[in-house]
Amino acid sequence: MLTLLLLIVPLIAGLFLLLNKSKSNFTPVVYIGIAVQLAIFVYAFINFKSNPSLLNFDKAWLPDFAIRFHLGLDGLSILMVGLSVVLVSLILLAVKGLKYENMSHLLGLIFLTQAALIGVFSAKDIFLFYFFFELALVPVYLIANFWGGENSSKITFKMLIYTVFGSLFMLVSFIFLYMRGQSSDIDSLRVTVTLLPNAIKQVLFWGLLLAFAIKMPVFPFHTWLPDAYSQSPTPATMLLSGLLSKMGVYGLIRILLPFAPDGINNYGGIVITLAIIGLIYGSIIAIKQSEIKRLIAYSSFAHMGLMAATVLTLSVSGMQGAIFQMVAHGFNAVGLFYIAKLIFEKTGSRNLAQLGGMTQTAPKLSIMFMIVLLGSIGLPLTNGFIGEFLMLKSVFDFNTILGVIAGLSVIFGAVYMLRFFQKTMFGPLSESATEISDIGSKELAILIPIAIVVIVTGVFPNLILNVSGTFVNTLTNLVR
Amino acid sequence: MYPIIVFSVSGLLMLFLGLSVNKKSLLPYNLLFMLVGLASNFLDWNAPGLYFNGMLEISNPIILVQWVLIFAAILVSGISSRQFDDTHAYPAEYYAIMQFALVGALIMVSFQNLLMLFVGLEILSVGLYVLTGSDKRNLRGNEAAIKYFLMGSFATGIFLFGVAMFYGATGSFDISSGNSVANNLLEGKMFFWLGMVFIFIGLLFKISAAPFHFWTADVYQGAPTVFSAFMATIVKTAVIFALFRLAAYSFNLEYENWSKFLVIIIGLSMVIGNVTAVFQTNFKRVLAFSSISQAGFMLLSLIGLGAQSYGNLGFYSLSYALATISAFGVFLVISSNTIVEGRPSENINVFDGLFSRNPDLAIILLISMLSLAGIPLTSGFWSKFFVLNDAAAKGYFWILILGVLMSAVSLYYYFNPIRASFKKTDLGKIEISSLSKYTLYVCAALTILFGIAPNILRSLF
Repeated sequence: MLTLLLLIVPLIAGLFLLLNKSKSNFTPVVYIGIAVQLAIFVYAFINFKSNPSLLNFDKAWLPDFAIRFHLGLDGLSILMVGLSVVLVSLILLAVKGLKYENMSHLLGLIFLTQAALIGVFSAKDIFLFYFFFELALVPVYLIANFWGGENSSKITFKMLIYTVFGSLFMLVSFIFLYMRGQSSDIDSLRVTVTLLPNAIKQVLFWGLLLAFAIKMPVFPFHTWLPDAYSQSPTPATMLLSGLLSKMGVYGLIRILLPFAPDGINNYGGIVITLAIIGLIYGSIIAIKQSEIKRLIAYSSFAHMGLMAATVLTLSVSGMQGAIFQMVAHGFNAVGLFYIAKLIFEKTGSRNLAQLGGMTQTAPKLSIMFMIVLLGSIGLPLTNGFIGEFLMLKSVFDFNTILGVIAGLSVIFGAVYMLRFFQKTMFGPLSESATEISDIGSKELAILIPIAIVVIVTGVFPNLILNVSGTFVNTLTNLVR
Repeated sequence: MYPIIVFSVSGLLMLFLGLSVNKKSLLPYNLLFMLVGLASNFLDWNAPGLYFNGMLEISNPIILVQWVLIFAAILVSGISSRQFDDTHAYPAEYYAIMQFALVGALIMVSFQNLLMLFVGLEILSVGLYVLTGSDKRNLRGNEAAIKYFLMGSFATGIFLFGVAMFYGATGSFDISSGNSVANNLLEGKMFFWLGMVFIFIGLLFKISAAPFHFWTADVYQGAPTVFSAFMATIVKTAVIFALFRLAAYSFNLEYENWSKFLVIIIGLSMVIGNVTAVFQTNFKRVLAFSSISQAGFMLLSLIGLGAQSYGNLGFYSLSYALATISAFGVFLVISSNTIVEGRPSENINVFDGLFSRNPDLAIILLISMLSLAGIPLTSGFWSKFFVLNDAAAKGYFWILILGVLMSAVSLYYYFNPIRASFKKTDLGKIEISSLSKYTLYVCAALTILFGIAPNILRSLF
């Protein structure tokens, strides 16, 4: 029941904001929406271990087809739902402080995205999952289209076609599974899967993988990403990189692993290699970028590649690392894109060559930037380190050479991120930047929570690892 | 059964009303008659049986489909508001013919005898031939009417030929008599098979399935937009259910034979419809080709032919009607506001900047396009899902994959108007009559409602 509430609150808030005609008067709705959600989530989190039935919602959706509207939270889901609740709240507050037209509608669409995300992360029925998986794209598409720049229509359209194309194959696979199992429940379908003929299991693997590989994206399906991330308006970019890409990793863990373990045993190596290629490729391109949003986009792509690779190693440490990194990367990516937007608002430039010396006029911004950046690089005692370490370990266990190559990404990551920092913050003050003001309390209200998360989860990783531990152990025992 | 009587009478009344009542109050009369027809349909609820000497069958599922047809006709009438205001239009005749055509459609979904099917098909088609050419000053309309009439009569001829063969083989026009030849020898069955193929071809022509689709784009483009909408929804629904009745009652024992042939037609319709639509710049042609591909999807239910297929098809028909009528309705309003060379522009660029010109219309257009493309939250997703399930149930996975691929292609042309509507523009606001506005609201709201809670509609069947 609580899960349903979590889904309905942003839905109502979003619809209200979208139908709201007046230019002002929507602020209370945003705050109330955020506060109510956070309260429900905290209550759900407290009851998570002791009273799991409280989180369950199961009702017939299409009785003729035995499709149920079944929401529930387990160790993985609750983390991802929590990430959606907290991160989207931060995004909402961040966007509210920025300058956009039709603010009410923009915030409404962000709320709707959040509702769809919570649906994806808590669905227990394959068709419900698919329903939300596709749905999440629509509001983001509209945001990118309407608030984006000149080219955004073309670029977001490319993204849309790409991702819908992928998920349609997932739909075919789901219909197939449903026909075989006469059920659409994720848990009960696991049994069906084991009874399938071997050849079909392999096809199923590719059908399901395609959807998630495009969504994350994994090399070589990433061509929509750099343009989409850099040309979209910041709200859309934050949603895409912080949360929508996580749907891909979540799908790998929730759907692909239990449904196609044989396929992973056969072809996992290929996909892991591709993902590692993407990791290195993305990192190298990021080093050469001069446009800051593109730089973060490629870094994001690289990180997603590593997550995909480690999930497919089927090891406990890999899975735990990927889950941890999903949360960590969500916060870091949103933080970085927000900082990039702040830099752009203050200087009017996104080009590294035209930026510089911002520490002199904006020290608070540069401190916050530094913290988020260190998390992104993976410095010990920040959240990035825990995830990267666990993930690299699992890849190393899987294949030493791949592990070594993947390890290079940490160095590359430091190179492009520190270069990013140096070119924007240090050096002589660029001419356009003479009148830069520092960030105020409004911006700090977004960045400080992110910085706290970066450090606290870095020092106490068990806050997250303990939540997902049971789930990961059960799953790995099941699929290995 | 009652709506057939109601509309036969009200169509005549409508003609006389045209003499005495002023033009603008004809639409309310038309809507009133249709609502009476809709209500009268429920008199037969829970009273299944055969009527007119076993010529028509009435049962709850049939009543529901008739309800879909009448409801779609009401919506089409709704978007026709203000369209027939000029001096060259004769709304009384148009509405009367629409009601007569509706009679044909109602007969086609409830026939028990192949002759009734023929009568229904002709009543429906003759009305449409006239409506297609109703804008006499439009050269394209004249061309379309002639084309539709010639090719349509030809198809009817083929259909009738098939019926004759059927009669020759079985000795009866009753639809269930097809089963009597099941145990005949091969020689005896030849006529039956020939008849079956001809009947199928005749009806597939009307539903504009490839390769019998060549008339579609020209006719949709030439016909006045309101009647294109009528053609796309009511005709399609009536014919697909006629096909379904034949497949389920007359030819079900020959399933192995015709399903292979039908699956190829489905594949062709999907590929030709979707791929050709990509290259169209005229929005009515886009919808015409989209209707070809949607016909392909609808036919998947015939392949399924299971216990749920009838309901799947009913859901599909209504959902498709809602989306198509709202697409045509939005287009109608904008197009009549954009006059190019003395005629309403039909190019896809009429949608440019729609969002700033009239946000409500842009959102309705968005919902309708998403529904046609089959994106979740709209009923279009479920309708595609249901029919794909039908095909999967019989193991036709390759058609499933083809359908899905073609859905991805269809995104391109369904999203073109959406993308256009978000462009910046300095054109003025668009005004819309309140009746068509509320009709479009109803379409959009139902599309979303059935998208979230499909069981509301699905459980009826």
